[in-house]
Amino acid sequence: MYSSRRSKLIGFLYLAPALLFVLAFTAYPFGQMVWMSLHDWSLLEPPRFIGVDNFDRALNDRQFWGSLTFTLKYTLLITPILIVGGYLVALLTAPNTPLRRFTRGVVFVPVVIGLGASSLLWYWLFSPRNGLVNQALSDIGAIETPVLWLGVDADISMWAVIASVVWKVLGFGMILFVAAMQAIPSEVGEAATVDGAGYWQRVTRITLPLTLRTILLVTLFSVIGSLLAFDQFFIMTAGQPHNATATSVFYVYLNSFPFLRLGYGAALSLILAAIILLFTVVQVMLTRRSYA
Amino acid sequence: MTERPDALEAARMATGTSPRLRPGRSSYLVGAMCILLCVIVLTPLVVSVLASVKSPGESAAVPPTYVPQTFSLESYQRLWEFQSGLMTYVGNSLGVAFLTIAFTVALTVPAGYALARFPLPGKELLFVFLLLALIIPYQALLTPIFLIFAQIGLTNSLVGLAIIHTAIQMPFSLYIMRNSFEAVPRELEEAAVVDGGNTWQVLVRIFLPAVVPALVTVALFAFVMSWNEFLGALVMMNRDSSYTLPVILALSRTQTSLGGTDWGMLQAGVSIAILPCIAIYLLLQRYYVSGFLSGAVK
Repeated sequence: MYSSRRSKLIGFLYLAPALLFVLAFTAYPFGQMVWMSLHDWSLLEPPRFIGVDNFDRALNDRQFWGSLTFTLKYTLLITPILIVGGYLVALLTAPNTPLRRFTRGVVFVPVVIGLGASSLLWYWLFSPRNGLVNQALSDIGAIETPVLWLGVDADISMWAVIASVVWKVLGFGMILFVAAMQAIPSEVGEAATVDGAGYWQRVTRITLPLTLRTILLVTLFSVIGSLLAFDQFFIMTAGQPHNATATSVFYVYLNSFPFLRLGYGAALSLILAAIILLFTVVQVMLTRRSYA
Repeated sequence: MTERPDALEAARMATGTSPRLRPGRSSYLVGAMCILLCVIVLTPLVVSVLASVKSPGESAAVPPTYVPQTFSLESYQRLWEFQSGLMTYVGNSLGVAFLTIAFTVALTVPAGYALARFPLPGKELLFVFLLLALIIPYQALLTPIFLIFAQIGLTNSLVGLAIIHTAIQMPFSLYIMRNSFEAVPRELEEAAVVDGGNTWQVLVRIFLPAVVPALVTVALFAFVMSWNEFLGALVMMNRDSSYTLPVILALSRTQTSLGGTDWGMLQAGVSIAILPCIAIYLLLQRYYVSGFLSGAVK
């Protein structure tokens, strides 16, 4: 075998490229972001140190608070739909029969396509005159004039986006729930059946408690993903009306890129990263057994 | 223990509720719900593909048709010739995706090997550092990365975007690779070492064949993420000739010669963007689902 010292060195050599990569493209940009957030930084003029002025400005920036509130509202509305919906579909499809297995496979299909592509697809479906959503609603007599789904009313726009994202990501939670349900030993359910427990009793007394960790995990995935929402709003509403549907990431994007207020964009990014961190820490703790 | 199956059987016979054989209304209900669910999920995809083969007149028609009354590939033809041409954008997307696979594999295979098989001091700390992207969302890092890349000429570059995509995929890929290397039996490695192989030969001859499923998973997820990624591409690419497919499709809505949105061409683009994802899913479903599960909960 190798001498321990030599094998340590060789091990480091194998690890070095990945370490350097993370150092250069994740850790260093993070440091740069902190540094930029303390400056008035545009590409046009040399950066000027301004201390915590950017953060001060963010605290008093009504648009920033508006985008944060909107993102939070979107997160609070979509997460329960994804959890309850995904769980019910998982209950329906978890037993391994050919039809249920097939249904599971179908519900998972939108998960594998891009959020950009699915948003463009729904942008068309929700378009007022050419979209099939209004056409179907008017064919069944639910509406008489076309509904302006996207970019006119903030709430209607949000619900349209929520519908498209639920279609797109419901299968993700479903597949995790199915795995958790299938991991429950079948004797447990059978014993409860013998004791005379009905279907919903078994669900609430056995399945739910035994899949609680997965429910928490999927909730966190949904919360973190929704707090970072961008593609669906950029594509479907473009932030309209009057930036009322611009999410936090969208607002950071607007400041950093079209407006080139890079220092301010960095400060907003840092605030956003800190909010996300709260949830990520819980998520990592829940999965610690695998990551440590 | 031996009594339980009998008790179960008795209970089933008494109540007529064997969980396996329970014919009647509820199984029809389950079947109906499954079929309804499949229809709801598949309808948007089907109507999108159908819309892409309508004639130009029909795809702009008000009211819209559900099922094409005409058949035409003109929407694809217009997409083919749109601005720099479809092949430029598909080429960019494929280029970035394959570079992302190459970078991810080149970095995480040796790193996974080192973490699983070498006695490194401070190994856990190093691993946590490598998972840094897990706690700092890349959406937040794009502002500084844009500045850095602008200074070193990596904006509007396939390599630059692939670097961002590799950074996004790093935690997942590294985690999969390390676990896979750890699962290889130690006897295999020891036999090779006794035969006089150095660590590189052991990696190539013994480990690589044993971790092929993990490699497929890592490559698959790298490809799909990169092919679909939108925000990073939108930020880094600001020249028409360097746009990736999702970016040009999003921008195409306001840049058509018709003034309004070219719905047929848009759905042709959506169909092309979706196609490889679904093909890969159908071909590699096993890797897909296991990758999702091990990346998320295991």
